[in-house]
Amino acid sequence: MKRQLPLILVFIFGVFMIFQYFVPHESSEWVFEFLLDWVYIIGIFALALGIWSLVRVSWDKIHKRKENWPYAIVTLFGLAAMIFFGFDYGRHFFSAEGLENFMFRHFFDYIMIPIQATMFSLLAFFIASAAYRAFRARSLLATLLLMAALIVMLRFNPYLGSFVAEYMEKTASWLLNVPNLAAKRGIIIGVGLGIVATALKVILGIERNYLGKD
Amino acid sequence: MNIFDRMMSLDRRWVFLLLALVCVITYAIPFPIKINVTNEVSSVFNFIDTLKENDIIFVAIDYDPNSLAEMHPMTYSIVEHAFRKKLKIIFTSLSQNGPGMADLAIRDIGDSIRVTKTYNGITYQGREVVNGIDYVFLGYKPYPALVIVGMGQNFRLPFPTDYYGTPLDDHPLMQGVQNFDQVKCVIDISGTSGVDMWITYGQGRYNFPLALGLTGVMAADYYPYLNSGQVFGILGGLLGAAQYEKMADNPGRAIDGMRVQLYAHMVIILFIILGNVGFLMSRQKKRL
Amino acid sequence: MEVMSMGTFLWTSLGAFLTLATFSFLYKDNPMYKLAEHLVVGVSAGYFVIILWHNGLQPNLFSRLDDGNFYFFWLNSSRPWYIIPAILGAMMWTRFSKKWSWVSRWPIAMYLGIATGLSIPLEMRNRVNMQLYSTMREVNWENFFGNGFLDPTAGYSGLLIFLGVLAALFYFFFSKEHTGLFKGVARFGIWILMIGFGTSFGYTVMARISLFIQRIQVLGDYTKISWSGASGAFLTVWFITFGIFVALGLYELAKYIGNRRTAA
Repeated sequence: MKRQLPLILVFIFGVFMIFQYFVPHESSEWVFEFLLDWVYIIGIFALALGIWSLVRVSWDKIHKRKENWPYAIVTLFGLAAMIFFGFDYGRHFFSAEGLENFMFRHFFDYIMIPIQATMFSLLAFFIASAAYRAFRARSLLATLLLMAALIVMLRFNPYLGSFVAEYMEKTASWLLNVPNLAAKRGIIIGVGLGIVATALKVILGIERNYLGKD
Repeated sequence: MNIFDRMMSLDRRWVFLLLALVCVITYAIPFPIKINVTNEVSSVFNFIDTLKENDIIFVAIDYDPNSLAEMHPMTYSIVEHAFRKKLKIIFTSLSQNGPGMADLAIRDIGDSIRVTKTYNGITYQGREVVNGIDYVFLGYKPYPALVIVGMGQNFRLPFPTDYYGTPLDDHPLMQGVQNFDQVKCVIDISGTSGVDMWITYGQGRYNFPLALGLTGVMAADYYPYLNSGQVFGILGGLLGAAQYEKMADNPGRAIDGMRVQLYAHMVIILFIILGNVGFLMSRQKKRL
Repeated sequence: MEVMSMGTFLWTSLGAFLTLATFSFLYKDNPMYKLAEHLVVGVSAGYFVIILWHNGLQPNLFSRLDDGNFYFFWLNSSRPWYIIPAILGAMMWTRFSKKWSWVSRWPIAMYLGIATGLSIPLEMRNRVNMQLYSTMREVNWENFFGNGFLDPTAGYSGLLIFLGVLAALFYFFFSKEHTGLFKGVARFGIWILMIGFGTSFGYTVMARISLFIQRIQVLGDYTKISWSGASGAFLTVWFITFGIFVALGLYELAKYIGNRRTAA
């Protein structure tokens, strides 16, 4: 039952969901909404696993004095502080006043936003470095890729002169709406077929990696 | 070591410094820039512009602070445009840090709407936008596909209350609003793969008009959906946001940022050309 | 220019400090960057916990059981069946135990069954069928050469889309060796794919630069202080912070020059 019951459950729920799409009768809709209602709650508990994992790893780092262990204290401080502010200084657990708490909002606006936004802005520099060191027109294919990229990047450049700029804009628009569309459509169709094939394998019990080891 | 070998072995921090200097200097010197509006952006603007007062639209703010740069200007210009036209908006946020972004955007736009402004020759009087009357913010739930399907049945199924904990039925805006059938369109402003969920599980199942606001990284990938009619408009990256700001006559961060983009792109192109020249010369030297 | 209150000044200074600390990674990894990195991990996790609680568990679970009593395990509530998904969710936590991890398979199986069953008809319809329908549209033979330079609505553009999609799909078909005519079609497919990736790359460069531009705009806003209204305290704190960064920068520059001289 440790392995058979989960496979049976996947099959029953999977087939029901496919059936429900083609037979939207009132009773199947009722079951559909009932299941969705439950799944929202189950899903939230699953996400808590990630948070517990972070706490465990950080605590382990501090306890065993691993490399850079003081920074794990900073991590746990941030976690504890946000939770404390989010419950409105520990005063409101079952109402949402914490979401409008001054410190909660300011920690989000002045700590999370600056650091997360800046971390991703570092990519601008890495792409500049990659442009210099790695983007080589070694072959016809690489040249095609580079030329398409250059046309898209130059599409709104006024320094090309109004005549060239106009044709650059039209070329970029044509590239996006014709060859790019064809390429991406081919990829989308391939991905769609792959998703359907994998989903069928899961429902039919051919794909069992989610069960883990015994 | 000749000049080309030195070029190839240049410390990348000099590249970083040059890019940073170009961007900062360009930012400090204001100059106008011409923005041409494409069909995919004008279709979104025209759709919202032709809606009537009290029509309801749905805006999904599905991005995190890491894509704030491109997404916030889109959100601000679209939502301000909608509020100025006295449309009602239902917000949601299906990305992890999205609720904070949505909360921030709603507060900032609410402050902006209080001021009387003129856009495209029309004067809009300042007013208060009230939670529950002018907008409702549903909040966040994990697993976008299931949430979208649930909202398609009834908004109250995944969201019995709004983000602030008020039951949805207590809001005047939500009276008679069951699901996407009562909404004129959905605009998904997203920096995550949640876009695919909106197209497949939302528009694909419930057939509502859907427009997308996407990061530049993703924008080119969704043209097939525009062509097939599954999506009626796409705002791609900062350029898309700048085009919308231009159409709305509401210049903001996007148009301001495109000035710097112009020179930054020229620097990147210069790096690509220099890198390829150095590579070709080194290769020729090796052949000899 | 607006006059900042002391509170706003301190918060914006914190934001500016953390922004510059993160940027310092471009020079090299350093304690300030590590501090910012670990802080954001903790704050993000805490933020997510609160959102899951107030937006997830509270409205969808606790408020539905609130007419019941904890001491009766909410069985006296008007909707006691909501305890079952809570138990199923808690069963997921056994994933960490070697002895009891099999218990977590049941809720995972339920969840996976629902998600995969939901996906099959919708993915097939929207990613495959709708895209194929649009590809099979009739070519505009009446206006084959279009209006003007490179017209996306022209007949030749429609024909190119059709052939391009087929060629791209041919390229990804690995069950047959790419030889003869098949090879030629696959080759055309990879050309189309390369153009597609090139346009994505062009947009990606714009996207990445935008992220940096926004940081410059925000740092620019942070430094807009009304000089006429600024007190000595504001200016003192600003100059001390600015001075620390300049001093660190000069120290690193001196070290760099010293190392170059030693190496020479």
